[in-house]
Amino acid sequence: MAYLELDRVAKQFGTQTVVDDFSLSVGKGEFISFLGPSGCGKTTTLQMIAGFLDPTRGAIRLEGKDLTAIHPAKRGLGIVFQSYALFPHMTAAENVAFGLEMRGVPRGERAERVRAALAMVGLAGYEDRHPRRMSGGQQQRVALARALVIKPSVLLLDEPLSNLDAKLREEMQIELRQIQRTIGTTTILVTHDQNEAMSLSDRIVVMSQGKIEQIGTPQETYEKPASAFVSQFLGKTNDFAATIDRTVSPTQLVAGSWRAPAPAGLSGPVTVSVRPERIGFDDAGLTAKIVTRIFQGNHWLFQCESECGPAIVIRQNDGQAQPGEGEAVHLTWRPEDMSVRARAGA
Amino acid sequence: MSAAAEERSARAPWALTAPALMLFVGVLLIPLAMTVMLSFHDWGQYKGIEPVFILKNWHEIATDPYYAEMFWRTFRIAILTTLLTALLGAPEAYILNRMSGRWKSFFLLVILGPLLISVVARTLGWALLFGGNNGLVNKLLMSLGAIRSPLPFMFTETGMVIALAHVMMPFMVLSVWAALQRLDPQIENAAMSLGAGPATIIRRIVMPQIMPGVLSGAIIVFSLSASAFATPAIIGGRRLKVAATLAYDEFLNTLNWPLGAAVATLLLVALVLIVVGSNALIERRYAEVFR
Repeated sequence: MAYLELDRVAKQFGTQTVVDDFSLSVGKGEFISFLGPSGCGKTTTLQMIAGFLDPTRGAIRLEGKDLTAIHPAKRGLGIVFQSYALFPHMTAAENVAFGLEMRGVPRGERAERVRAALAMVGLAGYEDRHPRRMSGGQQQRVALARALVIKPSVLLLDEPLSNLDAKLREEMQIELRQIQRTIGTTTILVTHDQNEAMSLSDRIVVMSQGKIEQIGTPQETYEKPASAFVSQFLGKTNDFAATIDRTVSPTQLVAGSWRAPAPAGLSGPVTVSVRPERIGFDDAGLTAKIVTRIFQGNHWLFQCESECGPAIVIRQNDGQAQPGEGEAVHLTWRPEDMSVRARAGA
Repeated sequence: MSAAAEERSARAPWALTAPALMLFVGVLLIPLAMTVMLSFHDWGQYKGIEPVFILKNWHEIATDPYYAEMFWRTFRIAILTTLLTALLGAPEAYILNRMSGRWKSFFLLVILGPLLISVVARTLGWALLFGGNNGLVNKLLMSLGAIRSPLPFMFTETGMVIALAHVMMPFMVLSVWAALQRLDPQIENAAMSLGAGPATIIRRIVMPQIMPGVLSGAIIVFSLSASAFATPAIIGGRRLKVAATLAYDEFLNTLNWPLGAAVATLLLVALVLIVVGSNALIERRYAEVFR
């Protein structure tokens, strides 16, 4: 049975629907990311779980119990806010202890748990610091310790890493994942950063304009995007206009001068999506010309002008000679590396 | 940079601030120094002011219990006014801050509006409402039979405190309002998610953070109330004198300028000591919140 369940949840502000028909089952101990551009409703959904907003329709259940009937203060969820929302007039230890104090945990046990929580996030010895005298990364850790020390049934993270610089963000991602694995708390992360979502989560919920575009493992959403939005939002992708020709036998998928056996179920105009790292140069295939060639250390990035429109190709820097700018090339890929969708509006 | 250019750029700030500095020295520092000097001069009914150095005025203030009582009244009124504005102004600012956009700007205008009206007009308004048998509220309450004699308001300390609190309220509300703007908008949600109820959130999370605002508002209100003139003059009249109205009377009615100067100087010194002292205390106590 699902641990946390969102059942056709919707939120309207006036006439504007911000979240619509959101259904999701989260297993115990799972790490889920809500991924999407700003304004896609991911934070609104998180706030409905937290109880800061009431859903207009639908139900949210935790272990089968209706969560929306419980006051936010009684839900027992741990939340890390984008701004951390630490209490500036309290020390790190007092911040972490606050939730335990509210639960009436006796002083001795409280001190012990606060110390353990701060040690877990690598802040042993910082007990008496005030938040304003800590770096962004340290404040972030205090916020995490404060949310985890109450042993929350679900940990909600609202863009917790977006205020950190790139290097620190990467470190915190790894640490966050390790901590979550160790204590096994069911976690929901809201983010607009696809790398963050992919490296942290068991499953990703890709959202756009208040609707779920796709739910799947990071690999599924990357390799088998359910929509054009997903394929474009998760990493770079090439979309080629192609047609499926059923007049020949066996039926063929034709994209310029590249062709392959057609997949079942589709016919007529289609869109073919191929990731740039799956495209290779060959003697035959989609005719293209290299416009720019950029060296990026471990790989080369080619921007090409193909007969089906612009294309990006990424090649590993494996020591082989690579074609130069202005050279005519043929692009090719394995049929299993592409995803094919019916072309909208055609 | 050449030596000459360096010298020029070192002089530039002085040159640029000179006009304001001259104004400051001319209309504030010199008169102030003259007032202090004046307080050591002699005065007599028939001889007028004599520019000699004596401690007569200061001795009179120190020994005559009339002055002690008057200064005590001045600070009692200022303290009560400060308490009243803090008690009403802090919740007012908090409620205002939680209102939605349109109502917020409307009520902010309502709070700030009185600042656009002269203090004299505002205080006379209180006099119209509560002034003896002819006060509107008194008349109404008496005709309704709620009270038998008019509520004492004019020439009472209570009346002065209420009228002063009304005049000073915007300063407290604005000061607390500014402190509330620094509050993390998610901080109450954070406390709530940790299990805190509304009362606990106010007491443990919001109050400690807006306390510096309340205290700096209190300093403003206290110093303005202790040196207020118009409101005590109208409500208190001749019967209930405070430091400012006494200095005024000495200057303009008795014409004993040196004594008036001594009262004014003492008020200024006392206020500066209180304000600077409490400011230092507050800054030390709330170092973490101010940072």
